[in-house]
Amino acid sequence: MTDESYAKSIELPTELQFRNLKTARSFAIDIGRVDKEDEMECLIKGCNFLFKNIPDEVFIYQRHGSPEYKFQGVDHYVFPYLLVNIGSGVSLVKVESESKCQRIGGTSTGGGTFWGLGSILTGAKTFDELLELAERGDHRTVDMLVKDIYGGAYSNIGLPGDVIASSFGKAARSPKDSDSKKISEPLFKEEDMARSLLLAISNDIGQIAYLQARLHGLKKIYFGGYFIRGHPITMNTITYAINFWSKGEIQPLFLRHEGYLGAIGAFLKGEEEDDIEKYSWGENFACSSSLPSPKSSKLHMGRLRSSMQFDSLELDKLEKSLLPCPLLLDSNSYHPDTVDLTQDTPARLYWIQCFIDGVDKQKQQAIKSQATSSDVSERADQFKQIYVQRLEECRSNPCAYGSLTVRSILDMCNQCLNEFQFTDSYSQQKQYENEQALRYLESRLAMLDDLCWEDQQLELVTGMLTGNVFDWGAKEVVEMMEKEKFGFIEAQKKLQARPWLIDDFEKWKLRLSEGPTHRCAVIFCDNSGADIILGVFPMARELLRRGSKQVDLVILEGMGRAIHTNFYAAFSCEVLKVAVLKNKWLAQRLGGDMFSVIFKYEKPRKISVGDNGR
Amino acid sequence: MASILNGDGGVIGDDEFYDHLSPRGSPKPPMPWFGMDIGGTLTKLVYFQPRDNVQDEAEEADSLKIIRKYLTGNTAYGKTGIRDVHLEMSNQQIRDRTGSLHFIRFPTCSMMGFIDMAKSKNFSSLAKAICATGGGAYKFEQDFREHVDLVLHKYDELDCLIKGIHYIYRNNHAFECYYWKNSANPEQCEKVPFDFRDPYPYLVVNIGSGVSILSVRGPNDYKRVSGTSLGGGTFLGLCCLLTGCETFEEAIELAADGDSTKVDKLVKDIYGGDYEKFRLTGDTVASSFGHMNNDERRKSANKHDLARATLVTITNNIASIARMCAVTEKIDRVVFVGNFLRVNTISMKLLSNAMEYWSNGTMKALFLEHEGYFGAMGCLMEYMTTRFIHDIPA
Repeated sequence: MTDESYAKSIELPTELQFRNLKTARSFAIDIGRVDKEDEMECLIKGCNFLFKNIPDEVFIYQRHGSPEYKFQGVDHYVFPYLLVNIGSGVSLVKVESESKCQRIGGTSTGGGTFWGLGSILTGAKTFDELLELAERGDHRTVDMLVKDIYGGAYSNIGLPGDVIASSFGKAARSPKDSDSKKISEPLFKEEDMARSLLLAISNDIGQIAYLQARLHGLKKIYFGGYFIRGHPITMNTITYAINFWSKGEIQPLFLRHEGYLGAIGAFLKGEEEDDIEKYSWGENFACSSSLPSPKSSKLHMGRLRSSMQFDSLELDKLEKSLLPCPLLLDSNSYHPDTVDLTQDTPARLYWIQCFIDGVDKQKQQAIKSQATSSDVSERADQFKQIYVQRLEECRSNPCAYGSLTVRSILDMCNQCLNEFQFTDSYSQQKQYENEQALRYLESRLAMLDDLCWEDQQLELVTGMLTGNVFDWGAKEVVEMMEKEKFGFIEAQKKLQARPWLIDDFEKWKLRLSEGPTHRCAVIFCDNSGADIILGVFPMARELLRRGSKQVDLVILEGMGRAIHTNFYAAFSCEVLKVAVLKNKWLAQRLGGDMFSVIFKYEKPRKISVGDNGR
Repeated sequence: MASILNGDGGVIGDDEFYDHLSPRGSPKPPMPWFGMDIGGTLTKLVYFQPRDNVQDEAEEADSLKIIRKYLTGNTAYGKTGIRDVHLEMSNQQIRDRTGSLHFIRFPTCSMMGFIDMAKSKNFSSLAKAICATGGGAYKFEQDFREHVDLVLHKYDELDCLIKGIHYIYRNNHAFECYYWKNSANPEQCEKVPFDFRDPYPYLVVNIGSGVSILSVRGPNDYKRVSGTSLGGGTFLGLCCLLTGCETFEEAIELAADGDSTKVDKLVKDIYGGDYEKFRLTGDTVASSFGHMNNDERRKSANKHDLARATLVTITNNIASIARMCAVTEKIDRVVFVGNFLRVNTISMKLLSNAMEYWSNGTMKALFLEHEGYFGAMGCLMEYMTTRFIHDIPA
């Protein structure tokens, strides 16, 4: 059970902002104002909301994993689940659907017990001080372990020697002790007692959660409330307890925003007249605080470094509801990102450095885009500061904002720019390029029309690839574009000669010549410049000429859409994945070089029997 | 009651099973007859004193006489050893002997003193081996061998616990088992005998330093279903730290006069009354020690209140875990044993009330008079049936 004074006095996430992107309306909600009777309802509402909208909300904790946090993605079959809400006490709620939930139990040994007992046993003044003490302590001086009783393991019932047999068992003084020791000298260090206390309570909560989950046949246990706070020892202990009792069958699931559930629920309740289902929400990384690093010895390093004094979560509202693309073979198993930078350390270090190296260029571009604004350089500095700080944090603590991918870094960059009113730094550049490209379009089309059918198809594909060479996000290309006269012809010369790194052109040509006409194609591409005008428009014209309508072809063009994401995505229709590699490091990693070409043609896929269970 | 299969595949009846203290044909083990359970905090001893043949006593070995006189002539041993006189069971038939069972305990940290005593009473002239159970049987094995030249025969503590319960209940059934009637109401609450002769299935919650929970479905059919590290050791350890007390008795006495509501945050402290939606009365503890992060509240709570809150916290937690295990195992009788319950009616009543309230009266908390001695008793039974007794010294 949570209560007002608790939430307030431990300086916990009490502020939450929802931002409507269009109207820039901001809401701030103080959790203390939540009507108590609705508490549980709000909690569940908030929980369901996060599960649906924040892909990296849920993670499991693996002490020896690299990284320690493993994010679970969006779970489309979230019900039923057990929510263990740890406030001053603990409530266990069985949630069967959006509208059906029931409190099935609880325990009075929760966060308040840790804080209350900890306050008597140690000199810690705050909840966080107590956690820091616990992090430094060694419980083995205070707890009686199985090996203290047995001299080793109790193997008959499978209890290892390190298992705690009796929490605080060594603190039980025998009269013999007190004869020989002066009462005045403290027998136990306060950090050791704090550790023992944290372990006792975490273990107990884990065990009770497991017992209730088993009683009610629930396989998923989520932990929310204000107690865990990303604290590795707590998560490890709860995970250990649940694994121990369930013999590995149940993995406890933790939430990045465990402390916001009630506040989000309260907001949603207030907004109910607005149909919440109509919108989508996304996390704004520029304004939200991060998860503490499991490695940092100081619990709040991440938070101290950030400019904020409190934890916050900001969500952006889109006026549309985002749905999985219906052409995906299996939207449940669809995972857009090609490389998980939390797991691939060399890739993480490379990309983060790459983005940091590019930040000054970006800053200049931002200033250029709003040159007439009086505070533009000030805002650009602020952008740089917060963006670099976020990148640095992700370098050492990759799970700080959920899973880390090239896509999430690009999103983060845009959010940081938006935060300081830079909506589109490249708008002028784009306009200029569009004009240039349009001027060339007519002759390009005429040239294409003069070719024989086979040459035409190759030229169309090459044109699309050439358009993709122009990229203000790739530093090697930017240098070229700035130095020389760099037009479409020059760009085409940079392309890798055939055979390309991935070269499905012959397959594609065969498909066009022998297969039926595509009824309709959806093309995901860049929104301006030579890319769309000279590369994609001619291709689209060709498909239209052939008479395409209901979607049976998806074209993904560009590195962001076809390499960093979707590289492995399977579709139920035909798909072309087209990109030029404009990053040397990445090209080499894929076995190619600068301007290597990816031209991947995939036939419609079907779910095979083996994939069914996923 | 059903018969069970014995190890040879033959069917033996219950009576025969229960009489395995007097198996036919196997030689008698040498005196003295002991069972010892070395726990994390306390060591428990069950000693059989034959009383049927006074003639024998005159002929018994000197050292045996010394041990008998020492154990039965005193009620306290050294600074910390105690004989629970009120638990003595007389007229017990063990093998062909009749006599009394004595129940003795001392802190495990005094084990070296016990070993010295065994040495000074020349124990090894009587037996080459003694039987022990509990973790200490493993931990102190080497000390016994090196200091008194005694081999420790080790038995599993849970096996011993179950055997001990069955023996003592069967031989003391009129008095052994009881429950607390009207546990919710302190004025009407009373201890009432319970007929436990048809025990299966039942849950045993053994509260020693830590807690083990076993489901028992037949004389030889049990399994450990759960346990928790928050047990008697936690209560005493925390009480020592919070109040400066030194013994379990002291901690219990402190708790008897305390008021845990000065320490714990109750449902009504948060909701102003009952939280009816979830059937939580205003007096339900919402957060144990939940007031203690507040400086003012901390100053106004005295050590009696702290001891009481510790006792209530530990007890309620055990009740909650035990109840969930009972529901999962589909068992409605829960037997609480272990030395945590000694002189601890507060916990017994809390356990009784918690079981009854949360199960809507379908579950019953039962208690046994010999609280913490079942492991030691089971160990004595193992001693009486073990084959190692062939190598008796002359």
